[in-house]
Amino acid sequence: MSTEHPQVLIEVENLHFSRGGNKIFDGLDLEIRAGQITAIMGPSGTGKTTLLRLIGGQLRPEKGVIRVDGLDVHRLSRKELYALRKRMGMLFQTGALLTDLSVFENVAFPYREHTRLPEAMIRDLVLMKLEAVGLRTARNLMPSELSGGMARRVALARAMALDPMMIMYDEPFTGLDPITLGHIVELIRRLNDALGLTSILVSHDVEETLSIADYAYVISEGKVVESGTPKTLAETTNAWVRQFLEGETDKAELLTEKAKDYLDDLMGERRA
Amino acid sequence: MGHRALGMFERLGRSALFFLQLLVSLPSVFLRPRLLIQEIYSVGTLSLLIIMVSGSFVGMVLGLQGYVTLVKFGAAESLGVVVALSLVRELGPVVTALLFAGRAGSALTAEIGLMKATEQLSGMEMMAVDPMKRVVAPRFLAGAFSMPLLVTTFIAVGVLGGYFVGVGLLGIDSGAYWSQIQDKVDFYDDIYNGLIKGVVFGIVVTWIAVFEGYDTIPTSEGVSRSTTRTVVNSSLAVLALDFVLTGLMFGI
Repeated sequence: MSTEHPQVLIEVENLHFSRGGNKIFDGLDLEIRAGQITAIMGPSGTGKTTLLRLIGGQLRPEKGVIRVDGLDVHRLSRKELYALRKRMGMLFQTGALLTDLSVFENVAFPYREHTRLPEAMIRDLVLMKLEAVGLRTARNLMPSELSGGMARRVALARAMALDPMMIMYDEPFTGLDPITLGHIVELIRRLNDALGLTSILVSHDVEETLSIADYAYVISEGKVVESGTPKTLAETTNAWVRQFLEGETDKAELLTEKAKDYLDDLMGERRA
Repeated sequence: MGHRALGMFERLGRSALFFLQLLVSLPSVFLRPRLLIQEIYSVGTLSLLIIMVSGSFVGMVLGLQGYVTLVKFGAAESLGVVVALSLVRELGPVVTALLFAGRAGSALTAEIGLMKATEQLSGMEMMAVDPMKRVVAPRFLAGAFSMPLLVTTFIAVGVLGGYFVGVGLLGIDSGAYWSQIQDKVDFYDDIYNGLIKGVVFGIVVTWIAVFEGYDTIPTSEGVSRSTTRTVVNSSLAVLALDFVLTGLMFGI
């Protein structure tokens, strides 16, 4: 947002990936610019989470290149990949907190694993990160005692621990009550701007996502079908994108479009 | 049928690769001694009770059975040897390993499997922490280290159980019980070989347990299936290996 054309931090070029015989990405191209919140939207099952795992180097594409900060993620040695991951934060849908550690220890985990800071400093850093997500008082709770929204905020504090250059959010809005949801939406925007982060936001919650995104991609059937700022997306001429952005019920119809004829499916066994 | 066989060999290959990866990760455990101690506590110390209770019952049964047979030949005085040798050579390592698979192995699989299902392992990877080093290696080492100690405990308690039945209830001479053991149990042939079995079983059972956990299908059903497989596979592996090891040790 600071400059008109910020530099590209992540490039995805001609990405192909399939799992269990299902084509998930079929020539996906996208760019994520530094300092922005880029949303990646699409109906459930379009492989949005898979994309984050590919960017994080947990999965290998069949074809195509993913460059993060100029580095080809899938050409790196294990050591280089781990060094790169220290500069990436990822917020999992479930939070993925370590259930045998308290909130405090969860946030302290990256420091303990990657630094040799003295205990007093770790304490200060952890409290600062927890304060940033408004959960300083919850430090002694165990993950099982947290609500969904709290767990996600703790996970966010942990993802920020090593001051990464970017954070990937995997469906951060799913299953939250409206108030918590509002908090999280605001938090993502605030952290992104205050810390100069680059954020990738994967979601199918159209309204919340577009309210904070600087740029958005809509993907379907393994390709980008539309992209632009929330404003330009609203004026799209693509009927499919329009339906995805506006209606939940119509979406369902479109998704079943390609399926077998309903009657055929029901009668299938008897006819065969 | 062929599909299942292929699947089996694929798993076997995966588990072998996993084992190599595990060996490479082992040295890092010593950088985190506190983690190791914690795992030894949950894998080893917490298994101690069931091992001791089972050991004493097995020893007592051996005392009874052995007495009934030996007394026919007028050799009741040798009861100590029968009890001790059965325990040291076979029952100690084997029964301990079977109990260990049920008590600690299943717990390891379920724990690691659930960590995978709840994305904790994935999360660690994304934090640039290798779950192999942080989660799997300490648990494996703790299991492999605890097993021989548990075997020793089992045998010791078993011999005492035999003593209790033989000397306490059936009236065998206490001195004969101990001196026969001292005379007939060889350090190298019996105790040493028994301990080797304990070490091997410990490695195999823990390996299977951590592999099944790490390789689980990340759903509740997947975790439950992996846990079952841990107990079944490691029990079978222990019994089969026992046969092989016994064959090798006695040079038949």
